[in-house]
Amino acid sequence: MNQDIYVVIEHLRGQVAEISCVMLAGAHELAKDMGGSVVAVLLGHNAQGLVGNPSASSGQFLAADKVLYIDHPALADFTSDAYQKALANLISRDQPRAVLFGSTSIGTDLASTLSIKLGLPMISSCRSFSPGGKFVSQICGGKIMAEGDLPGLTALVTMVPGGYKAEQGMGTQSPPITQVETPALESLRVTLAKYVEPESGDVDITKEPILVSVGRGIQNKDNIVLAEDLAKALGGAVSGSRPVIDQGWLTTTRLVGKSGKSVKPKIYLALGISGAPEHVEGITNSDTIIAINTDPVAPIFGVAKYGSEIDLFDLIEVLTEKVKQSKGG
Amino acid sequence: MTYDEIKSVLVLLALLVAGGIFLWRVHQLLWANLRLGQRSGPYKKWGDRIKGVIVYVAGQFRLFRVLIPGTGHFFIFWGFLILSLTILQAIVEGLVSFVNPHFLLPLIGSFGPLALLQDLFAVFVMIAVIYALVVRLIVNPKRYLGSHKSQGVMVLMFIFTIMLSLLVMNGIRINLGQDPLSVWRPISTAVGKVFAGAAAGTQELIKEIAYWTHLGVVLLFLTELPEGKHFHVITSVPAVLLRNLEPHGRLPAAMDLNGQVGVSAIEQFRWRQMFDFYTCTECGRCQDVCPAYASGLPLSPKLLMMELRDNLKERGAALRAHASNSTTQATLARTLVGDVISESVLWACTTCFACDQECPLFIEHISPIVDMRRFLVIEGRVGTELQDALANLGRYGNSFGQSERMRARWTQPIQPPIKDARREPVEYLWFVGDYASYSPTLTDVTVKTAEVFRKAGLDFGILYDAERNAGNDVRRVGEEGLFEMLVEKNSMAMGKCTYHAIVTTDPHTYNTLKNEYPTNGDVNRPVLHYAELLDQLITAGKLKFSKKLGYKVTYHDPCYLGRYNGVYDAPRRVIAATGCELIEMPRHNDGSFCCGAGGGRIWMPEGEIKERPSESRIREAVKLGKVATFVVACPKDVTMFRDAVKTTGNESRIEVKDLIELVHAAL
Amino acid sequence: MNIVILAKLVPDLVEELTIDTSGKALDTAWLRMIINEFDDHAIEQGILLKERGGAQVTVVALDIEGVDDVLFTAAAKGADRLIKIKGDFVGVNNHALARAITGVVKELQPDLVLTGVQANNDLDGSLGPLLAGCLEMPYVGYISGVSVAEGKSKARKEYPGGLIAELDVTLPAILGIQAAEQPPRYVAVSKVRQMMKTSTIEERTAPGLDMVGGPTISRMFQPETGQRATMLTGSPEEVATKLVGIFKELGVL
Repeated sequence: MNQDIYVVIEHLRGQVAEISCVMLAGAHELAKDMGGSVVAVLLGHNAQGLVGNPSASSGQFLAADKVLYIDHPALADFTSDAYQKALANLISRDQPRAVLFGSTSIGTDLASTLSIKLGLPMISSCRSFSPGGKFVSQICGGKIMAEGDLPGLTALVTMVPGGYKAEQGMGTQSPPITQVETPALESLRVTLAKYVEPESGDVDITKEPILVSVGRGIQNKDNIVLAEDLAKALGGAVSGSRPVIDQGWLTTTRLVGKSGKSVKPKIYLALGISGAPEHVEGITNSDTIIAINTDPVAPIFGVAKYGSEIDLFDLIEVLTEKVKQSKGG
Repeated sequence: MTYDEIKSVLVLLALLVAGGIFLWRVHQLLWANLRLGQRSGPYKKWGDRIKGVIVYVAGQFRLFRVLIPGTGHFFIFWGFLILSLTILQAIVEGLVSFVNPHFLLPLIGSFGPLALLQDLFAVFVMIAVIYALVVRLIVNPKRYLGSHKSQGVMVLMFIFTIMLSLLVMNGIRINLGQDPLSVWRPISTAVGKVFAGAAAGTQELIKEIAYWTHLGVVLLFLTELPEGKHFHVITSVPAVLLRNLEPHGRLPAAMDLNGQVGVSAIEQFRWRQMFDFYTCTECGRCQDVCPAYASGLPLSPKLLMMELRDNLKERGAALRAHASNSTTQATLARTLVGDVISESVLWACTTCFACDQECPLFIEHISPIVDMRRFLVIEGRVGTELQDALANLGRYGNSFGQSERMRARWTQPIQPPIKDARREPVEYLWFVGDYASYSPTLTDVTVKTAEVFRKAGLDFGILYDAERNAGNDVRRVGEEGLFEMLVEKNSMAMGKCTYHAIVTTDPHTYNTLKNEYPTNGDVNRPVLHYAELLDQLITAGKLKFSKKLGYKVTYHDPCYLGRYNGVYDAPRRVIAATGCELIEMPRHNDGSFCCGAGGGRIWMPEGEIKERPSESRIREAVKLGKVATFVVACPKDVTMFRDAVKTTGNESRIEVKDLIELVHAAL
Repeated sequence: MNIVILAKLVPDLVEELTIDTSGKALDTAWLRMIINEFDDHAIEQGILLKERGGAQVTVVALDIEGVDDVLFTAAAKGADRLIKIKGDFVGVNNHALARAITGVVKELQPDLVLTGVQANNDLDGSLGPLLAGCLEMPYVGYISGVSVAEGKSKARKEYPGGLIAELDVTLPAILGIQAAEQPPRYVAVSKVRQMMKTSTIEERTAPGLDMVGGPTISRMFQPETGQRATMLTGSPEEVATKLVGIFKELGVL
């Protein structure tokens, strides 16, 4: 048993996910109160190199005091069964103060089940830690925050982005890597058959300087053309939030948010998007967010720089006209 | 045997064959197929019904809405009636020719003025027919698109031939001195002169040829009558006699066919609806006034009726077939909703009632559309936007998806607060409606309405959070269950209140509260549209204006206020009272052109259209020239027309104002 | 094949949410509870599987205000059995809920359990993976496509950026649904009302609620909206003009 904060590093096909660094930043915050060290837990197969490439730029390392590395062929790609079994062993053995998971497709496959299996308390949707070792979680679409003491002697925590910057979880020093004994991983009930690449669309929205993004407020497929006209006039592209893609009004290549892409345009114009956390996750790196929504308390206004309560249908064609005029078109 | 004896036999045979074919076909269509349909009726108010036959059939009243073709048809119709006696004469004379080749019917055969009338009408009919042929073949107006041209032309030729052969027969008879009433037949006499030069025997021959032509074409026409559009000759009187006398705004309840709601196969219609499918004359007047058709959507009320008629014949025959083969299987496998009538046709209707209003034979087009929509809704075959709207209406009581607690947010700045009708008795219960309550663009108008009511000293209150969408368009979309739920909730809320009348700003709400809610057939607690209320207040002197606005305006009759409920004059009097000059658009009163939002269309994507109905209407108003204000009396009209003014680039020429804004400005 | 679907009711975010006087929980006075959107997708996915390959679909839900309507709506879509678990579930965490339904789910002997991948009021993990722990079944979440053949299922798991992983999962298993293969279908009100007359909801009682494993909340609050956006007002013309001004300032026009 110790006061260390373990962070389960998430990686996919050779890339460390940004959430891992966000969690490391949070772990450092928490470790100050708990008095232990920050330990990155890396599972994979021949994956030690990931310690040194937490982002696209080189010369950066996972900001951890040390790394515990578990290697097994079955851990090469994430599957819930294998990772769970490996982590269960480790957590039971070490009993750290807290284990941080991403509130993601990877982390949420693990944390809750381990909580029951190992009889350890857990907290989800944690955004940050406040002084005194308290967690601060967000629920109800980000409208409500809940704070409390970190429970138990070992607590499992899933974290959402937004409380810390990924850069805060990267360091210039390579932490020491200790390989942990490989567990037996047999009769796995979940195996990877194959990956399916996302449709390669016409447009890579992560490279567009201007995005005109539509949410449920666009109402139907017919109206998408209004956004396309505006995007064309501005020299950008159209993207959308989950409901729009689920309905098939835009292809998955245009999805912005948790299950879609993280975008960093100069201007992100959000039309009829409420601003749920799953979507906001994908736009926090935008330079300027402008939000149009008739709901004055839409969460999007909390992250936007400019906003208007005007009805998007009243605005859009007028705006397109004015943009064209100012371009001399 | 003599010629005359042969003639009698042949006439009898021809009569039996033609008559037999005719009766058989009528039996198949009317009796055999209609028996497959569901119950209709009961039919009451026979006095009104018979009066209807006099006005609409004898008087051909609705036909004159398109003046010249209507006049033409008037003469063809009356000619047909008056000259039917000559046909009777021809048949009887043929049958008894072996006894008396020159038999004349008693009374009819010797009544001079009748003979003159017949002679004149023969000419009128021929002129009308020539005109009709010109229209069919040369002018070819758009309303005939899709109608069976060849059938129409064929029958016109039949009629022409029947008239001409009659005149030839008469003319020759006069030449040969066989007509005691010759002095009463100037036209026939003139025709006879053409043949006067020929020998008597030749003339007799020509006369007999004319006779056989006359009888032959008549009997041929008889056998053709049940096929296609000319069946209306038989069905028109019963159609008008049995027309729907319920208020226009009251949709028939959904039939429960062993748990199935809505119609998915032709035999699930009521026989009276099937009768309508037969009665369609393919005249296309409904198509001409349909806003969906005008905007380029796939719906034409006329084509819909024709398709239903064809399906009824085809499927009726297949259902009654004794042996089943691959053709009958294929026919029976065709689905009514999907194969025969596509879903996009059904969803295109705005339920504006223009088609039902226009139809000379009172055919109901909206009723089968709603019945088929009811089926689509039960099957869940509903587009996403409509699905969302219905889900919101079910959960929050409004289509905007906002909490019912926000319904009265528009009242917050009003001091003193508007009375809560749930807590205290009021004289007028103001049923505000979704759009007036929730739409940010309309809050201004709603607040002005409250101010006007206050200035008029009205004792009024609202239901606040207890009000739900009244359900008019929910019902027209086919969600009968949701409609019932809304009626329950609203009725319960209203039931707890004390009031003497209901007033509403929305014609759709007005329509359903007045005609479809269980409590409101109540004469003692009338439902008023605010235009009616304002009119009453102005007449009673309770609402006084301090200025005359002097605007030049035009007024758009909302579908659910005008055509559905006959309220045309009250809003016009209000406009006059504010000192504005009203200039009518060509399509006004019951010819008003729908804005396109009704029937749930405002909850559906527009689709591929060439011109929005609202844009067409604004252009119509702008064409009037001097009119700068477009006055409406419905919140959805405000939204639709303001958009249309923008999209047609007419912002500098015309402005949309709700009637209440005029009143407010003139106070 | 036996499919069990777990449905939970969660606060409707359309309403304004407020904290109660204790400062530690949501004020329930104006709270409307509606079906968890992801559970709605789970029901749709279950019905799709039934329509494709034949299955018995049982929907299990906890007795919270509004649950009957949720169950009857599921029946109208095609669910075969409806089970309501009775108890007082106000302020109860997911660990306790998972334990409460473990017995019922075990009794049903499902081949596949479907539930939404998350719910908006989850504070101690989601019901699906917690139940997986209780039942010792494998769990995979963020599923947007399922097919079943001969005792095994193929699940499509979503990763960021639109990447999908196709996984083979041995049954019985629990899947956390992100999205059904088609959006939840519409059910006419009259159909639901008909179900109210013809279907029955079986009731079970929850054994005592064991909240161990969840956190203790010391404070619940609404976040400060941070730096609020600069709001642009006026007519569409005016707002559009202001926006063009902003675009120019930012150098894109």
